[in-house]
Amino acid sequence: MMKTAQITLTINGEKHIEDVPVRMNLADFIRTKIGLTGTHVGCEHGVCGACTLFLDGVTIRSCLTLAVQADGSEITTIEGYETDKNASDLIKNFHTRNALQCGYCTPGMLASSIEYIEQGNPADRELVKQHISGNYCRCTGYQAIVDAICTTIEERQN
Amino acid sequence: MTGPATVFDKPTDYIGKSIPRSDASRLLRGKGHYVDDIQLPRMVHAVFLRSPHAHARIISIDIKEAEKAKGVIAIYTGNDIAKHVKPYVGVLSHLPGLRSPAQYPLALDVARWQGEPVAVVVCSSRALGEDALELINITYEPLPAVTDTLDALSSESPLIHGEYDSNLAWKREVEVGSLDKALSGDDVIVIERQMKFGRHTGVTLETRATVCDYVPGDDELIMYYAGQAPHMLQFILAKHLSMLEENVRVVAHDIGGSFGIKVHTYGDEIATAIIAKLLKRPVKFTADRLESFVTDIHARDHVVNVKIGVRKDGSIVGIGFNDFTGIGPFSMYPRTSAIECNQILNLTGAPYQFEHYQAVGNVVFQNKTLMCQYRAVGHPIAMAISDCMLEEAARVIGMDPVQIRKKNLIPDDAYPTKSATGMRFDDLSHHACLDKLLEIMNYDKLLSDQEEHRKKGIYRGIGFVSLVEVTNPSPMFYGIGGAPIASQDGATVRLDAAGALHVSSSVTEQGQGTNAILQQIAADVFGVSIERVKVTTGDTATVPYGGGTWASRGAGIGGEAMLQAAYALKEQVLSTAAVILQAKAEELDIASGEVVLKSSGEQKISLGDLAKIVYYRGNELPNDLQPELIATRHYRVTDFPFVFTNGAMAAHVEVDTNTGLIKILHFWAVEDCGRVINPQLVDDQIRGGVVQGIGGALYEECVYDADGQMQNASMADYLVPMASEMPEITVAHVETFTKTSVLGAKGAGEAGTGGAPAAIMNAVNNALSPLNCGIWQMPMTPERVLRALGKI
Ligand code: FES
Ligand code: FES
Repeated sequence: MMKTAQITLTINGEKHIEDVPVRMNLADFIRTKIGLTGTHVGCEHGVCGACTLFLDGVTIRSCLTLAVQADGSEITTIEGYETDKNASDLIKNFHTRNALQCGYCTPGMLASSIEYIEQGNPADRELVKQHISGNYCRCTGYQAIVDAICTTIEERQN
Repeated sequence: MTGPATVFDKPTDYIGKSIPRSDASRLLRGKGHYVDDIQLPRMVHAVFLRSPHAHARIISIDIKEAEKAKGVIAIYTGNDIAKHVKPYVGVLSHLPGLRSPAQYPLALDVARWQGEPVAVVVCSSRALGEDALELINITYEPLPAVTDTLDALSSESPLIHGEYDSNLAWKREVEVGSLDKALSGDDVIVIERQMKFGRHTGVTLETRATVCDYVPGDDELIMYYAGQAPHMLQFILAKHLSMLEENVRVVAHDIGGSFGIKVHTYGDEIATAIIAKLLKRPVKFTADRLESFVTDIHARDHVVNVKIGVRKDGSIVGIGFNDFTGIGPFSMYPRTSAIECNQILNLTGAPYQFEHYQAVGNVVFQNKTLMCQYRAVGHPIAMAISDCMLEEAARVIGMDPVQIRKKNLIPDDAYPTKSATGMRFDDLSHHACLDKLLEIMNYDKLLSDQEEHRKKGIYRGIGFVSLVEVTNPSPMFYGIGGAPIASQDGATVRLDAAGALHVSSSVTEQGQGTNAILQQIAADVFGVSIERVKVTTGDTATVPYGGGTWASRGAGIGGEAMLQAAYALKEQVLSTAAVILQAKAEELDIASGEVVLKSSGEQKISLGDLAKIVYYRGNELPNDLQPELIATRHYRVTDFPFVFTNGAMAAHVEVDTNTGLIKILHFWAVEDCGRVINPQLVDDQIRGGVVQGIGGALYEECVYDADGQMQNASMADYLVPMASEMPEITVAHVETFTKTSVLGAKGAGEAGTGGAPAAIMNAVNNALSPLNCGIWQMPMTPERVLRALGKI
């Protein structure tokens, strides 16, 4: 018998109280129940990184997290990065440097980039590449993404 | 010059500039419209049960228990679906002799690859549908699986299709000159190798998906489609579901990568459309990643026995090869699975001058996922055959790889000309590209660096490729063979009442920047600011008829149609303005959204004011003036079967002879794609393409066991290039405009994927050359490198 549970959580500053099947993952919950479809699912087995988002300030794979595990948490998704994560400069640099083509990896790429920058890491191309190596991008070849992240760090330092 | 040819008489504001793509803004804020984002009222989910066997007879299907499961609305077997569809056959008349049996969306009595759909549950949610799949009971009688391409052709092999005498789908032979005789000459050095190219696949980050809806009163089928060729699919759905074509609407919004994967007819997608029609409600199918690996088309999978003959001075006498390629159990509809082999026969050696050519292509059925066109169809193999053999020849005769290229490349002043295989070339620049490449890579420094490192036991290699890329295809590619695939594209441009332009085009956007370059061209040619151009693509209900995006045709063909349409609208607007302003149209121009005097630039009337007169206050116009503020133009390539792009690339690698790991230290690409409309977009297309080529060269392979089971069908096991492994890629251009259009643009999207593998193989073999060994199989995995070194 499939069980449901009630969860309460905040997504991009908005409170939600929802009944969810206990087996539903957080990505599906956010996409289908809340209707925030900016979070993408590329593999559903924790490898591609497209579903990466912030749960209580830490990046997680939302395909490997059950919605019920997010009970009581604060979540930030791509829809909230500009305002809740003050990432408008990163977003601008992704845009001007063409750090996305199809845009499918972008929600996870932004999450990992924000995390890297927030941790105070340097604009070091090799370190950036290592950090985003949990995020697959099939379109860009990664160079533009590394450029955008490094530019953002350099701009913030100046 | 007159007419549209005058467009480039003055400096452009947008064409040639790295303008950021406007639609990326939305994607960066989570506001994409991908198919799986769609949720419609009463929408249900199609969940497919797939054959676990590579080859098995379906004895019985018991759905009784599954029908009772929660959320289940209907269950269909292959035979249930077959009643509602005309079968399809993946052959084309210009590939004479190609055979493939009729195919249905789901297997009927025999499943022929692991992953072939055999039944479908329609359910209120995907999760409940997956539960119900577990309750379907199918009895299979496993049949021997035919997996190895060469074994499949032996007379002992089991047959995949009983109606055929062998597992051969197609064979083509090309003979130019007389190779055997030429290679037997005393002064000819002949080198023979067997080259292998693994099967890989596209791994679009967004899996295949469709939502289909049916409107009973209108008999209208709407397919939301994550694909590249909406009009092709419109035709296919209408034909095979017996509907009027005008009642089928295919809509492609944002697409999460396609690379050729999403330009084919997939049974699960056709079945989803049929189910929407049967149930008269919206139905969604989104492949999960495991389904993608065993149902998205695969590509490559070639074994090639090749020989090259050269003289001591490095000149190529001739090239010969026998290619065997496994395509799965059917030829894919409607583009067929013989095109890759055909391309290899057409393109091998294309950059070079030589007289004798002999090539045989064998396209073979096997019990694996279907193989078809993926980015740079055939190019990585064709380029590797000639370029890797050429560099091997250089090693054998002790010549520098650059010198042997220079000796054999078609001279830049020889155009128009033909290749040994009969391909017609114009406006190419192999030597200029190679020279530019040598300049940006600093070849001499790399050579001395190589020497230094060799002394320390570090093996670095430099490898090159000179390539051509088939772009801007004419009807000779598909249409001539009877495929419902347009080679022409159209663009419509309309001036609205506020003075903004609305563009719609039949080429499609998958992230490469189609919409952006259409904006650039429309804004420049017409004379408005780029912010005032809105673009619609992908919807068969509104865009002009055309082929979509494949074979690197969006910029060259769709862009030219856009240029012509924008120019036509400008003429129409100026003739209306001339009446309103009582001036001569020839004395007027449009700049920054204003009609101006050509001579002084003086602003006479804004486009918004002009449009408002036309739309709202027509009473101010003479009665005999009926202004048209909309224009449509179509364009197709007529002078050539294809407009070839060329380029030169180089890889710098380091091979760890203890672990077999290959690190790419840097990659350089010089591309001549004619006029570069947006340098940043083109450069990143090339980079993305190179990285997919690196994937095929070093990492990606669909590994099958002898029973036809794919062993690595997950994102964790199938290796896709990641950031930490990727080199910096330097891109540069030579711009030789194609004379076939005013715009002068050739395609650029596939060259990286087509060229990089050969450059990397050459670099690895260059690195290994002091150790007297070489590697001739892709992907060049650590294990294969260690085998080549004799270490395991
Ligand atoms: S969808 Fe979560 S990691 Fe791929
Ligand atoms: S932009 Fe397409 S996957 Fe990264």
